[in-house]
Amino acid sequence: MKLLMTGNEAAARGAYEAGVVFASAYPGTPSTEILETLAGQHRDKIYSEWAPNEKVAVEAAIGAAIAGGRALACMKHVGVNVAADPLMTFGYTGTTAGFVLVSADDPGMHSSQNEQDNRYYAKFAKIPMLEPSNSQEAKDFMPIAYELSEKWNTPVFFRMTTRVCHSKSIVEWGERTEAEHIKYVKDIKRYVATPAHAKPMREKVEERMKLMTEFANNTDLNKPEYNGREIGVISAGVAYQYAREVFGEEASYLKLGFTHPMPIETIRAFAEKVDKLYVVEELEPYMEEQIRAAGIDCIGKSVIPNMGELDTDRVRLGVYGKENPSLKSDIKAADRPPTLCAGCPHRGFFYSLSRRKNVMVTGDIGCYTLGNAEPLFAIDTTICMGASISSGHGASKVFERSEPEMKVVSVIGDSTFFHSGVTSLMDIAYNGGSSVAVILDNRITGMTGHQQNPGSGYTLMGDPAPEVDIPALCMAMGIKKENIHIVNPNILAENDAALDAALAAKEPSVIITKWPCVLKKPSREDRERFDLSKKQCKVDPEACVNCGTCIGTGCPALFARDGKVEIDSGSCTGCGVCQQVCPFGAIEKAGE
Amino acid sequence: MADIKNILLVGVGGQGTILASKILSTALVSAGYDVKMSEVHGMAQRGGSVTTQIRYGEKVYSPIIGRGEADVMVCFEKMEALRWLDFVKPDGKLVINDYEIPSAPILVGKEPYPEGIIEDLSAKTEVSVFKAADIARELGNPKTMNIVLLGALVKAMGIEDMDWDNFISMNVKKGFEELNIKAFRAGMAAI
Repeated sequence: MKLLMTGNEAAARGAYEAGVVFASAYPGTPSTEILETLAGQHRDKIYSEWAPNEKVAVEAAIGAAIAGGRALACMKHVGVNVAADPLMTFGYTGTTAGFVLVSADDPGMHSSQNEQDNRYYAKFAKIPMLEPSNSQEAKDFMPIAYELSEKWNTPVFFRMTTRVCHSKSIVEWGERTEAEHIKYVKDIKRYVATPAHAKPMREKVEERMKLMTEFANNTDLNKPEYNGREIGVISAGVAYQYAREVFGEEASYLKLGFTHPMPIETIRAFAEKVDKLYVVEELEPYMEEQIRAAGIDCIGKSVIPNMGELDTDRVRLGVYGKENPSLKSDIKAADRPPTLCAGCPHRGFFYSLSRRKNVMVTGDIGCYTLGNAEPLFAIDTTICMGASISSGHGASKVFERSEPEMKVVSVIGDSTFFHSGVTSLMDIAYNGGSSVAVILDNRITGMTGHQQNPGSGYTLMGDPAPEVDIPALCMAMGIKKENIHIVNPNILAENDAALDAALAAKEPSVIITKWPCVLKKPSREDRERFDLSKKQCKVDPEACVNCGTCIGTGCPALFARDGKVEIDSGSCTGCGVCQQVCPFGAIEKAGE
Repeated sequence: MADIKNILLVGVGGQGTILASKILSTALVSAGYDVKMSEVHGMAQRGGSVTTQIRYGEKVYSPIIGRGEADVMVCFEKMEALRWLDFVKPDGKLVINDYEIPSAPILVGKEPYPEGIIEDLSAKTEVSVFKAADIARELGNPKTMNIVLLGALVKAMGIEDMDWDNFISMNVKKGFEELNIKAFRAGMAAI
């Protein structure tokens, strides 16, 4: 069967064909659809789950692999930072059955806070790395990765990037080969990484490096394609596709699919056969550094940028100094940054928050990061998953000393709170902090496209699940009941009252906003608990004086046409935030 | 690479460029072409500017379209034509939906919605302009605007003679096949 598939769908297919039985992940662009595909199409053969975070996902998959079943863990690049702890030591102990970690990097930061080059993780952990360059390879490399994992008793790093994950190309399917369950045998010296055991493990890692290097230099995954000998190009991943197009049929290529350890002898032989050697790689000079260190001269980052996403234009410009002609216009488009949706339950809370003076708002990773944008400007910092609550705690401790008029409010989504906000809140409760933690519970993982989480009542595979009781969890950690405020964020008076109380308290407070994401397909429980009937706001043109206060909520359903404010009936959901801010009572809600 | 055709669909997150691209690429694969398609997920979808890109020919390497390479660009929103113009060949065709979605800086009054877009572009290359939103609304469902635009795009590409009814039916929600086929035909007839 031949089908047009994204790299993510193909990687999932590859895992299926490889006989994987267990998969765990935390959703993150551009990796999310791998597990969604497994849960959707291969649920009869593969058990798959959303873990609360990437470290848990990797650890669960480690357990599955040590127990003897082929296991997969998937995450975006920054997720590997969270999972780095188990990964590093798992590189020492090794595995019983095959284990693959998919790292989906995001060059160009389409939907990420940084563009770190995760190839260095493979080098750091001293584990093998495969880099598919299209969907067919994403599928085909997966069974190879599992074979190598079992051959060398090692986790395998499977590095994809946005354009491999989210571009579609034609894939020819294979069949699933059931991987035999490998009987678990208790082996303390192999799996208990105490100092005494880890020292011999460490030596095994170096022995494995030698075997892996020998393989790298002899595998067809790293294959030269000789054409003209004037120019030779070494490349890997999607960068190979750009290079292949720019350098054309004249150049020779060494396309690398197995990139850690680097096949230095294969590269040396290739380099000797060409006059001029280019290394075309996206982001950092990972390959170039190692090629140069081996004493092989090449042209790389002196002409290919090490920042941002690569494409044919940037390769062509760097190598030939040429740009294609194109259509041009002198008229400039206005910016179109992403925004909180019309009816987004975060808007009401951020509007209330934006009215406060002397408040630092530490933010987190999710749709609600958009609360930083014009016109609300309601977030001061965003670093990583979970950092809102812990960095807010640190900030408030300093403000208590030196700027007592300053208060700190931390905002974090439900999924992000479960991911890594819980320990941060424990820090505040334990260490007597006074900042305000706001859990924006929209009952789903929003930004990545609506994945279930431990608070949403369902699992990845659609089974009902217990919901984390957030107030009870906060109380169990030491937040007092009277300092926990649960509000409907679409009602500004509730937000204001909760903020008044929380900011005045000397003890740590938690505000939980509860309303489902406006784009979420409501669950049965959502429909029972919330009035989700269709409503619509309308401007009364007689009463409206076009003061623009409503526009200040940043709702994309509101706009001014010829100086008159209107509400787009197609996008308005009747959340009523604009109605509440209007000083003239000029907005009414139909459907009530 | 002269035999590769490049089609760019640009618009605003939520307008349905991905479904339109999916139908088009299904058709191109059945016609025997090598096809690559790229789309945008995640944060950029939240009301931001989005593009999906389709490349087809005998053998396609890069999954994304380079500067000055698009043969046809269909703009689901008028201003997006300007943002992605750099990717269109100097003699590339434009299909523009005469439909405005003001972006955040326009909504808050910081920037104006640019004027004279159609006139400016029409003076430079072949431009087909029509109101896909009105057509979709007349058909009874504003959400079919993307399929109306797909119809116009297929006409501009000159590949009307394919089994479109089938490709549409394969990719849209059950029960909505007829409506979408109607929308597609209306789009073809509109330019």
